[in-house]
Amino acid sequence: MSERALNHLPEELRESALEVARTREDRIRRIQRGESFPQLSLTDRKAWLEDFHPDYRADGKRALKVGVNKDEGVPVELANLLEAWPRASVRDLVENGRIPEADFETDVLIIGAGGAGVTAAIEAAKSGLDVLITTKLRAGDSNTIMAEGGIQGADQECDSPLQHYLDVLGGGHFSNDPDLAEALCHDGPDALSWLEELGMLFDKYPTGRMKVRHGGGTSRKRLHSSGDMTGLEMMRVLWDQCRNLRNVNVMEFCPIVELLTDDDGRVVGAVMERLNHGNEMKVVKAKSVILATGGLGRLHLQSFPTSNHYGATADGLVLTYRAGLPFRDLQHNQYHPSGIAFPEQKAGLLITEKFRGLGAQLVNRFGDEFVYSLEPRDVTTAAIIRECSEFSHGATTPSGNVGVWLDIPMIDDLHGKGTIEKEFPGRYSEFYRHGIDLTKVPVLVYPTLHYQNGGVRIRVDGATGLPGLYAAGEVSGGVHGKNRLMGNALLELIVFGLRAGRAAAEFASQTGSGGQAGLSHIESYLDDLKAADVEETRTAPMLLPRYGKALAI
Amino acid sequence: MMMTPGNDQWITIHYDGEPYKVPSGRTMVSALETAGVRFVRSIGCRGGVCGACTAFYRTPEDAQLKSALMCQEEVVDGMSIMPMPFFPQNQMSYDLELPKGMTPQRQVMQLYPEVGGCIMCQECTRICPVGIDVMGYVGMIKRGDFKAAAEASFTCVQCQACAARCPARISQPNAALAARRFYGAHMVNRAEHLQKAREKVNTEDMKRGFRRLKRMDAEELKNLYQRRESEPAQSAPGTWLPEDTTLLG
Repeated sequence: MSERALNHLPEELRESALEVARTREDRIRRIQRGESFPQLSLTDRKAWLEDFHPDYRADGKRALKVGVNKDEGVPVELANLLEAWPRASVRDLVENGRIPEADFETDVLIIGAGGAGVTAAIEAAKSGLDVLITTKLRAGDSNTIMAEGGIQGADQECDSPLQHYLDVLGGGHFSNDPDLAEALCHDGPDALSWLEELGMLFDKYPTGRMKVRHGGGTSRKRLHSSGDMTGLEMMRVLWDQCRNLRNVNVMEFCPIVELLTDDDGRVVGAVMERLNHGNEMKVVKAKSVILATGGLGRLHLQSFPTSNHYGATADGLVLTYRAGLPFRDLQHNQYHPSGIAFPEQKAGLLITEKFRGLGAQLVNRFGDEFVYSLEPRDVTTAAIIRECSEFSHGATTPSGNVGVWLDIPMIDDLHGKGTIEKEFPGRYSEFYRHGIDLTKVPVLVYPTLHYQNGGVRIRVDGATGLPGLYAAGEVSGGVHGKNRLMGNALLELIVFGLRAGRAAAEFASQTGSGGQAGLSHIESYLDDLKAADVEETRTAPMLLPRYGKALAI
Repeated sequence: MMMTPGNDQWITIHYDGEPYKVPSGRTMVSALETAGVRFVRSIGCRGGVCGACTAFYRTPEDAQLKSALMCQEEVVDGMSIMPMPFFPQNQMSYDLELPKGMTPQRQVMQLYPEVGGCIMCQECTRICPVGIDVMGYVGMIKRGDFKAAAEASFTCVQCQACAARCPARISQPNAALAARRFYGAHMVNRAEHLQKAREKVNTEDMKRGFRRLKRMDAEELKNLYQRRESEPAQSAPGTWLPEDTTLLG
């Protein structure tokens, strides 16, 4: 390898990167002989997770003092938001004791315009009902758009939804809701076909056959992708389809800060704040509501960097928990094994698992493998933390960050020159613009906060415990149990977006407009907050996180 | 994500006409936040794919107007940045279904006839913050080579920097998006195996299979999981089959 390719690396990293290059040929030969690093047994998996995964750190969580999941431990940063008072706009409404006339009315209200929300909108709009999407930032700004690697779906001859189901349960350590996991896998081929019809460009052979590959924890090659920008391509297509529908309206920069219910406890609308209008409060009335607010990465649990979108601050969890809806598995969050550790401007952003799917290995600072590269994500993450903390075998950056190498150049050695450029056009050109040639140098990685595995409990049609309220996508829990496999989030948002869209439209068309909108569903929660002495300055949802001198809002 | 200032120097940049003292070595977004800017608009994924943080800028030593995604580009002393949170675009409503006798190529040119008026000034290609040869794919759309256009425009983040600079009033990202979708829906071969898989999903066998798996106790299920046969990484597409086919439905 020419040393010039390493020019962007500081001295301490350069030497280690040269070590990686030195062991590469040997490692490639072993792969070509069909050898791979041994996979962990279920017992070892468990031991590594308990010792090294951030979920298991006692100081990372605390038990909730109020609400339906009282006494359950959740990440401290999330507990602080769940145990918080409504925002000032809502507290004014509580004090006035009356909700003003609705400013906006619709049949189906969808909160969130990422993949799940937009999919739900497309499906709900088929009924001819009026659909309104409200979203915190712009339509499409979401974690969906950032997904790189792909979408699972059992469409190959050697595969079936049953095999997929088995992988999903094993990946989730057998903690998944079986009905939700069944729905996910069962609808896989339909979801792929739906996207194909919408004109989404999958990686295909000239015959039309899908190109598929392995992801961590899969027993079949089941991962379908669009280069390394699968989420971007999916979101572009979904939003383009949606904005062509006459009965769908969208309000951007309008986060929802509270749900509204009638006297029967049915959700009949929501309270929004308009960020571009001085956070002015507005009331939306709807016959049914779909929650598609996404995850919590921007809470930076345990100060981890995150791969998440700017608006991922757990809004949906705050709204539903206050309304008395139980969640599950929120103590389990996904730290993606390969977040960028250097260059530091990119710290926390992802290097997709697809690199490992094509053969790139994780190696320590001596260039040695220390884990089978395609273990389920939580196991790989634990292994990297173990290698860096227990054995100090990580490479250290000038500012003191540590990481292991993802040996990307070996992909071209395994599959032929040009493969990296072709399979990862987005990442390749992005790094190239920063003077880094991915075909020549490994990238330093460390786990990054990536996905909220748990969430609000739903049934197979997306229904929650409140009549009229549905949820889909990352905000919901149970589909993945304690740990999600790669490619199942994009599948989930299509499958459950469609299911929730259908069910919410049906609910809206079969019922009247409901009773007087009110806030009675949070009254007992407010009493509990008072009893638990939660200071009144702590409010939620937090719409945008705090960075530098900019305060959270 | 904390970045240690370390050897950073403090420099002055202008954002939306106002001066800010910021540390060097950071992205525009991170530097401005350090100086107290609260982004609400002009920010999105912070990962270089959503196009929300598109901005135009100039640096002191260069008269040329440039564009950047603010979450990706590093600050330079004396630079002047104008964010573009919104841009009015030509955006046509359409249905993916083609009228009888209509080709995808003609359909897209009817939706976006201004594509034909490209004067080849190349400003779009020059300004693109993610390095796409925009003028190149505009030509491909015009010529009807949708395969090439789809590939050339694939990494577009829809930021509209090109549209903002186009003297021929083209909204290039929207024309490309339509071209890609018509190409994907009408010109790429459909996956036959996918349709076969869909048929398999709704059979009695599949329902029985799920019932059987869901009835298993934890130990039985774990055993089955650990005994899974794994498809070899190098197997040719659609050729390998497991020895145990009971889960194939």
